[in-house]
Amino acid sequence: MELVAQLLDWFTAPAQWTGSSGIPVRVLEHVLYTVAATGVAVVVGLPIGLAVGHTGRGGTVAVNTTNVGRAIPSFGIIVLFFFIFGIDPVPAVIMLVALALPPIVTNTYVGVRSVAPAVTDSAAGMGLTGWQVLREVEIPAAMPLIMAGIRTSAVQVVATATLAAYIGLGGLGRYIFDGLSQQVLNQVVGGAILVALLALATELALGRVQRLVVPRGLQARSRQAALDAKLT
Amino acid sequence: MITFESVTKQFPGGTTAVDELHLQVPDGEVVVLVGPSGCGKTTILRMVNRMIEPSGGRVAVNGEDVMRTSPPRLRRGIGYVIQGIGLFPHRTIAQNVATVPKLEGWDDDRIKARVDELIETVGLPDGVRDRYPHQLSGGQQQRVGVARALAADPPVMLMDEPFAAVDPIVRTRLQDEFLRLQSEVRKTIVFVTHDIDEAIKMGDRIAILSQGGHLQQYATPKELLAEPANDFVADFLGAERGLKRLALIPVSQVEAAPGPVVAPGAGIDEARRVAETHSSDWVVVVDDEGRARGWARLDELDGRGPVDGVRLRDFELTVHADDSLRTALNALVISRHGVAVRLGDGDRYEGLLTRELLSEELR
Ligand SMILES: Nc1ncnc2c1ncn2[C@@H]1O[C@H](COP(=O)(O)OP(=O)(O)O)[C@@H](O)[C@H]1O
Ligand SMILES: [Mg+2]
Repeated sequence: MELVAQLLDWFTAPAQWTGSSGIPVRVLEHVLYTVAATGVAVVVGLPIGLAVGHTGRGGTVAVNTTNVGRAIPSFGIIVLFFFIFGIDPVPAVIMLVALALPPIVTNTYVGVRSVAPAVTDSAAGMGLTGWQVLREVEIPAAMPLIMAGIRTSAVQVVATATLAAYIGLGGLGRYIFDGLSQQVLNQVVGGAILVALLALATELALGRVQRLVVPRGLQARSRQAALDAKLT
Repeated sequence: MITFESVTKQFPGGTTAVDELHLQVPDGEVVVLVGPSGCGKTTILRMVNRMIEPSGGRVAVNGEDVMRTSPPRLRRGIGYVIQGIGLFPHRTIAQNVATVPKLEGWDDDRIKARVDELIETVGLPDGVRDRYPHQLSGGQQQRVGVARALAADPPVMLMDEPFAAVDPIVRTRLQDEFLRLQSEVRKTIVFVTHDIDEAIKMGDRIAILSQGGHLQQYATPKELLAEPANDFVADFLGAERGLKRLALIPVSQVEAAPGPVVAPGAGIDEARRVAETHSSDWVVVVDDEGRARGWARLDELDGRGPVDGVRLRDFELTVHADDSLRTALNALVISRHGVAVRLGDGDRYEGLLTRELLSEELR
């Protein structure tokens, strides 16, 4: 109960909402890290996934290589980067990119590969060029899985971007690490709550985007599939 | 015209799917490739639009070697219904049908008009236009596949087991509609099936293939059924080869017997006389317009006349001039009297069919 009251105090203190260490600025910093890392991961990962998916060659190599990103101990790496580069957001973002890449590459690859062979075959058979097959058929048909990959990545990045604060950078992690070192519990929990809320907001926002970019015919079907899955 | 000259296809790994194939598909005809699974039908078909490239020999469409046209150019001029349809799941039915016209840069009005026309041509309800493939039944999806292949009105069509995935009733309907459509559009069609009955029904000519893409016989269905070239072909045609042949011959090929015919107003004496000359104990009643009214047994006439005064019996079995001899034979087998009445258009009486008359063709 006491913690709830303290949290309320922390959230409602006017100082909390202004200045360079106020919540709006910290959220903005956090969002910037996330957008930068997820953005780079999409720009790098999507073409890789599409290329290996479309050609059907190099899929295992691409997926396994990017999966190394999953295995990287984020915390250890960020500390290592700190000793090498000092307080620099670029290495931190690179670390986040490595984390964001695997779901995007894997999902894009799997999404393109799982377009029924009869569908791409009929497309080529009607005289679409390779590019046209990719653009008109494979990408739209793979869009639900591609978007799912981007959502997974973005949410993971939101959570992990907290670590940036450990090496002196900004973001919502500041509240957590500063609170821990100064033993201010409400600040730690407040920071954690903000990270969770931001992750949720990211998920919801990308859900909206997904509805915009996934072709309507596939949406109806994935909703139906979701319903069927619930029923069984 | 599509020509195969010494066409061979060897896949990497050593499978020879097609071996020295010579085949000509004449303009406006349906040529069916038929044979057991894995005999190379799909491979042959796909060499026409370069989905597979021959490892030897020459495939030409209208005299032009297909290898000299770029695949997209070539393929847009050849309608292709693949095994498994392959509709675009993210596109509406109208968008699916519009695929090739769009690639060809038609304007929107022309595309819309063509799509509407095709949806009607293949017998789809208008409401499917803006639906997605997964919302359609299997039979409807097959129709969309055919409509999509026809969209830019290509002179040549390749159809790979187009009706394989639907139940027999729907398949029969799709086949009938396809034949009706083909009689109007007269495309040059290569049609693949593993079902010999479908081949006999659909083909102007049939190419029977065995494993390794060996052409065993290339002939019209009638020739094939009458004179199979070898045991492989005979086996493939099946035990009911004779009946299948009868199914291809229309009843009008067989002369019908005039039969004991009287006018509705004929008296009993005339009926007796006519029956006697045909050594029967019944007469058929045909009116001035040539329409068959029914028949009557002499002993039921009770010595009364005119014949039309008694209740006439309906014919048990009638056979239409367009029916096949197989249908006629069936009618005769189940008829108690061994006689079937043959009717022409508008129920006009054309005569009687008997087992004796049919036996000529049955030999
Ligand atoms: N891409 C391929 N690579 C290797 N072998 C193939 C390939 N496609 C078909 N084959 C082989 O070629 C033969 C003929 O196949 P196909 O033309 O598909 O037969 P059908 O359509 O008559 O069932 C089969 O033995 C098949 O396994
Ligand atoms: Mg096949």
